[in-house]
Amino acid sequence: MNTSVNIAGVTFKNPVMTASGTFGSGAEYSEFVDLNRLGAVVTKGVANVPWPGNPTPRVAEVYGGMLNAIGLQNPGIDLFIERDIPFLKHYDTKIIVNVCGKTTEDYCEVVERLADQPIDMMEINISCPNVKEGGIAFGQDPKAVEAITREVKKYAKQPVIMKLSPNVTDITTMAKAAEAGGADALSLINTLTGMKIDIHRQQFALANKTGGMSGPAVHPIAVRMVYQVAQAVDLPIIGMGGIMNAEDAIEMILAGATAVSVGTANFTNQTVTTEIVDGIEEYMSRYGVDDVCELIGAVHE
Amino acid sequence: MAEKFREQAIIIRQEEIADDIYSMWLRTEHIAEYAKAGQFISIYCNDGSRILPRPISICEIDKADGALHLVYRVAGKGTQEFCKLHTGAQLTIVGPLGNGFPKKSQKAFIIGGGIGIPPMLQLAKELDCEKQIVLGYRDELFLVEEFKKYGSVYLATEDGSAGTEGNVLDAIRENGLSADIIYACGPMPMLRALKAYAIEHDIECWISMEERMACGIGACLACTCQSKNKDEHSNVNNKRICKEGPVFRAREVEF
Repeated sequence: MNTSVNIAGVTFKNPVMTASGTFGSGAEYSEFVDLNRLGAVVTKGVANVPWPGNPTPRVAEVYGGMLNAIGLQNPGIDLFIERDIPFLKHYDTKIIVNVCGKTTEDYCEVVERLADQPIDMMEINISCPNVKEGGIAFGQDPKAVEAITREVKKYAKQPVIMKLSPNVTDITTMAKAAEAGGADALSLINTLTGMKIDIHRQQFALANKTGGMSGPAVHPIAVRMVYQVAQAVDLPIIGMGGIMNAEDAIEMILAGATAVSVGTANFTNQTVTTEIVDGIEEYMSRYGVDDVCELIGAVHE
Repeated sequence: MAEKFREQAIIIRQEEIADDIYSMWLRTEHIAEYAKAGQFISIYCNDGSRILPRPISICEIDKADGALHLVYRVAGKGTQEFCKLHTGAQLTIVGPLGNGFPKKSQKAFIIGGGIGIPPMLQLAKELDCEKQIVLGYRDELFLVEEFKKYGSVYLATEDGSAGTEGNVLDAIRENGLSADIIYACGPMPMLRALKAYAIEHDIECWISMEERMACGIGACLACTCQSKNKDEHSNVNNKRICKEGPVFRAREVEF
């Protein structure tokens, strides 16, 4: 049975990855999960300099999901290179570094710093809804998406994944723009902007007022968007959004994703990623699938 | 690295000990064996629409029996679910989490306010020093008899129905108490006042903080608090309450 997938020339032992921001750089979860069993670890967004993030409360639970407004707190690229990459190099898994910034120059600086690092891919976060500058500002206008993709590609030595926002009228427009800018792959979806109000205190549940919604409630939206984007572009897709188990992951692959990222589910179950790896294999055995790639976009009318 | 476990714990018994305050004993496979005073566990809901764990502080640890005592307030739908469970029911838990209290030998104030009282009990049991236990309640008392086994207990109630009318600092002043170290858990205004008191009297002060959490193990960066100095892990002036905390030296954190 083959469970490996290929994205932009990089081979992953299986299609299961961690969604950026939910898994740190893997150190905390390595106490529960054998990182060697994952297709890739996608690290928390890192910027050119350390970011303190937003005030607390930064998270709130909602029915079937959660809101977060962490605000991309990160230690900056220097410490990340010194500490986090060497940590992950102890494991037999691929490393995808999520990159964030306030300006195009910030993104390019990080991408340039990563050029000589032993990482496999970069995921460019142009879809964070929780920061005032950068983030989603680059991800809601197709011209901006194409321009930043093109700029980042000038400095990138590793393949570039553009991470798209669902907070747009038509995500295929953004996907096409990223493709036109030279993206090697796409990640979708980032979180959906939401809000929760504590009716007892009559206050916003999050200090940031709004936050990105994730969790099982957003999964059908993510499946729909992955399907639409798979129809619209020729790029490989890493599908994410509310994947809680192997069934959800397989659904995403059938919709057109080459790989999947598991995020919020890690908070519910620390070992969910490897359970999904096992579950995909069980599904393949059950349905006589020899190669997981046969499942990519295999949904039919 | 500290050992953490994900387990199916079994409820030994549960009862309501005050209005909306529940006392639950859980049998664990490993967690009680490794747990320390001031640490917490994550409890997961059986209802799949609630995806985040509830961080609950450890009130008592019975290592011989592999049991943990939790005393928690029903604050929302998750704790509402827990409080309805009976003996023999299972709960998925992860722990022990966080750092716990240091144990020093100086004459101590052990101070708890409201639902910050339970995490002080195991510490009161373990500390080997002169202990003055100061507990602050709104009105209804709980766990007072348990604390009396381990030191002299002073009470404060907002409505004056027991002990000093006012807060824990009012009780300290009214009884003319003093100590060389403070250990405390409770609402932010109480912790702020204790930090100021500790600075004024130039004594050590250890406080247990709380914040909304998601992962509970230090990965998601939801439950941060501001630190006076740059934190080694975050590389900014933020510490993770679930990982570097929940117990901090009061001087180290800004709140």
